[in-house]
Amino acid sequence: MFDLNGKTALVTGASGGIGGAIARALHGQGAVVGLSGTRTGPLEALAADLGERAHVLPCDLSDKDAVEALPKAAIAAMGRLDILVNNAGITRDGLLMRMADADWQDVLDINLTAQMRLCRGVLRGMMKARWGRIVNISSIVGTRGNPGQCNYAAAKAGLVGLSKSLAAEVASRGITVNCVAPGFITTAMTDKLNDDQKAALLTSVPMGRMGQAEEIAAAVVYLASAEAAYVTGETVHVNGGMAML
Amino acid sequence: MSDIADRVKKIVVEHLGVEEDKVSENASFIDDLGADSLDTVELVMAFEEEFGIEIPDDAAETIQTFGDAVKFITDAA
Repeated sequence: MFDLNGKTALVTGASGGIGGAIARALHGQGAVVGLSGTRTGPLEALAADLGERAHVLPCDLSDKDAVEALPKAAIAAMGRLDILVNNAGITRDGLLMRMADADWQDVLDINLTAQMRLCRGVLRGMMKARWGRIVNISSIVGTRGNPGQCNYAAAKAGLVGLSKSLAAEVASRGITVNCVAPGFITTAMTDKLNDDQKAALLTSVPMGRMGQAEEIAAAVVYLASAEAAYVTGETVHVNGGMAML
Repeated sequence: MSDIADRVKKIVVEHLGVEEDKVSENASFIDDLGADSLDTVELVMAFEEEFGIEIPDDAAETIQTFGDAVKFITDAA
């Protein structure tokens, strides 16, 4: 089950905690992985750790031309592209009343528009192959909202709408488009929270703990697999029960 | 029939799974040959590859019939 031998996958934000775990998991199932991100240091380190079947493909998602070039670079490096995981994202938190246009726009550009461009860029090859998997990493915040994250929540909710619409467009060509929506996951970002903050967060999580990046990666592996061929336009929530949707 | 027309017809027949004699000059991909909007995108992609040309989106929209395709490609090639 979930064998990805012979498949190639592009993972954005692979220098981060969740993206790195996703790349490791796909690689562990046999896929060739393209590791994208802005920080080449962590990408090189991950590639070295994975050994064979790993390619470093740096890309600044705020640069339109670089985004357009990324699918081509991935195909040049790996020969083809079967799986796209749009994981990269940024936050520019603040109350809407005080939010600068730039903070809104940067988050929408990098967390939604870049994903759209990457989806568009990978479709041609997938349509020809009559097989493709796109997994967009949304967030519980996109469904539930979160004060201080109007921009981030809008982008993450936008990804769900994008995924559903695209799923309907390309389903007949064997391409699925789904989202994974993480809840509270242990990453460098959440490590900054103090114990009181974490305890407060966890009161809303029936599982009583933060999630691990590997638990997000497992959902991505499933959606990327041949076995998930009949699942499309769906959002898989991985949040320890904090929102049962 | 020109070589270009033959090659275009072959792509259309293969892609849409229609009889060759249905692919006449004025046959509309969508109305007569059963293509959906995604099929027309794929046909344009196939034409681009077969003939090594770029068909911009605004031009692609004008290619509605077999004859349109042959004419566009003849002019572009």
